[in-house]
Amino acid sequence: MSDATQYEPVIGLEIHIQLATNTKMFCGCRLEFGAEPNTLTCPVCLGHPGTLPVPNEQAVKFAIATGLALGCSIAPRSMFHRKNYFYPDLPKGYQISQFDIPICANGELSGVRIHRAHMEEDAAKNIHVGESGRIHGAGRTVVDYNRGGTPLVEIVTEPDIHSGAQAREWLQLLRATIKRLGVSDVNMEEGSLRCDANISIRPVGQKELGVKSELKNMNSFRFIERGIDAEIARQTALLNAGEKVEQETLHFDPSSGSLTSLRSKEEAHDYRYFPEPDLVPVAPSSELIDEIRASLPELPLQKAERYENDLGISAETSKFLAFNAEMGAYFEAVLAAAGDGADNKRIGDWVVGELVARIGADADPAESKVEPAAMARLVSLVGEKAVTNAGAKTVLDKLVESGGDPDAIVEAEGLAAMGDSDELAGIVDAALEANPKAVEDMKSGNMKAIGAVIGFVMKQTQGRADGGEVTKIVREKLGL
Amino acid sequence: MFYKVVALVLIGVWVGGRTLCAVISGEDVAYVARLARLRLTEDEQAQMTRDLSSVLGYVEHMDELSLEDVQPTARVVDLVNELRPDEVKPGLTKDQALANAPEVADGGFAVPAAGS
Repeated sequence: MSDATQYEPVIGLEIHIQLATNTKMFCGCRLEFGAEPNTLTCPVCLGHPGTLPVPNEQAVKFAIATGLALGCSIAPRSMFHRKNYFYPDLPKGYQISQFDIPICANGELSGVRIHRAHMEEDAAKNIHVGESGRIHGAGRTVVDYNRGGTPLVEIVTEPDIHSGAQAREWLQLLRATIKRLGVSDVNMEEGSLRCDANISIRPVGQKELGVKSELKNMNSFRFIERGIDAEIARQTALLNAGEKVEQETLHFDPSSGSLTSLRSKEEAHDYRYFPEPDLVPVAPSSELIDEIRASLPELPLQKAERYENDLGISAETSKFLAFNAEMGAYFEAVLAAAGDGADNKRIGDWVVGELVARIGADADPAESKVEPAAMARLVSLVGEKAVTNAGAKTVLDKLVESGGDPDAIVEAEGLAAMGDSDELAGIVDAALEANPKAVEDMKSGNMKAIGAVIGFVMKQTQGRADGGEVTKIVREKLGL
Repeated sequence: MFYKVVALVLIGVWVGGRTLCAVISGEDVAYVARLARLRLTEDEQAQMTRDLSSVLGYVEHMDELSLEDVQPTARVVDLVNELRPDEVKPGLTKDQALANAPEVADGGFAVPAAGS
């Protein structure tokens, strides 16, 4: 294996997002996740004969906004096509999609080129698909058409991604961008954001792409990263063993980490696209496009730049905050609560460093018990040295546990910083007395020995003393 | 049988359009029949092959025209942006929706397992 060829993974993503319209793409049926099966249908979305689809204007606007946010050009005139295949979740025997002229094309988001973003309708949902919970091995499929006809935007990237981790980070940015636009809930668990990955590997330096496999419907960022890495490892092992990668569709099982083939591609899909005769082209005016462009909110990439440049937050922390939709919204709420003149960098560090350490990087801090105002107040107490770092961490523990007001917690727990008080001076005296060796070392020029003294003071004060203050007092007392 | 003919003619026009070849082979017919999930007997397949070739042969008369300056056209009516506002319209009740289901189970349309 040591002299095996080095391979470069090449990954492209296909992301489906359900648009947060009131109604379906081509009919007026209400959209609602989790409604009783087959209660949100009409003859159009059930594919009854003689019905006519009419596109949802809001969905078209959302698609344009999505394209603009991804730097795409908007087609002055785009068409709908029929994509023909048979599957129980597709009542008409075709899906209305876009083919040669998608509404959005040729964009770019953070170094990953967007090939296209087009409008289409979602399929229905197969329920009760057998014991395994997957499509194989079931005797019968029961279909719920509530989801059928939900407006989708399918975003297709160029193969510009090269690892599972990069795919994950980029997808988080994409999700935050879409969420900020407000065009979708982008909830992966509920399926309003779904991601497939096309994965191939090629010897480093080779231009042409290897045979790809398609990893389907991964429903969390963690699975996407792990699934892609598992597939890269599988392909690498195949090629190293002198075997070939077959073009196929795979399902990643996160519990076992295994990849199984979903359906073989022996009969390559032949969708026989043709122009949808029931729909006329969509031709957005340049005025409409300009209007939508002007209404775009500040997007995560711009937000990260602003955090870094204007608030002085490190690049990494800025990205973490801006690319994580929930985290970013919470951070903004804390900033707003802190008001003008607050130490924004310190707020960023506390949210990303301390709060995240307590609630986890994937949690939504808005759902934690730490109110943005409480977080702002806590950071300001640290800034005023009314509470030490160690004391503030204890306060945050309490806030995460049961919420509340930082001032009250400081008061109740006796966590107020001691500052330059006689009490602190007395404790420092005791510390010096208890650490004669350290005192000697410091006097002979080794200030590192102060650690033992500070440690003693912290222990005595339960972290309420300020380390800098203790150092100052020690220096004074020893005349250093 | 009527539906089979309609389906195959539609698909045949597509095949013809794609390959620009009026003469259709038995294999072409078998292929589009498989895509359309139609099971044809050997006699039917032979008949379809003749009929579709004849239809496509007729369409081939288009080649006699000089169409170099004509844009490919999917529709002749010059309409765009026939859109509707995003407003909820009443649909079907669950019972109405399921009335035509071949079989109902657990409040849904029950069909043979997908993928088999």
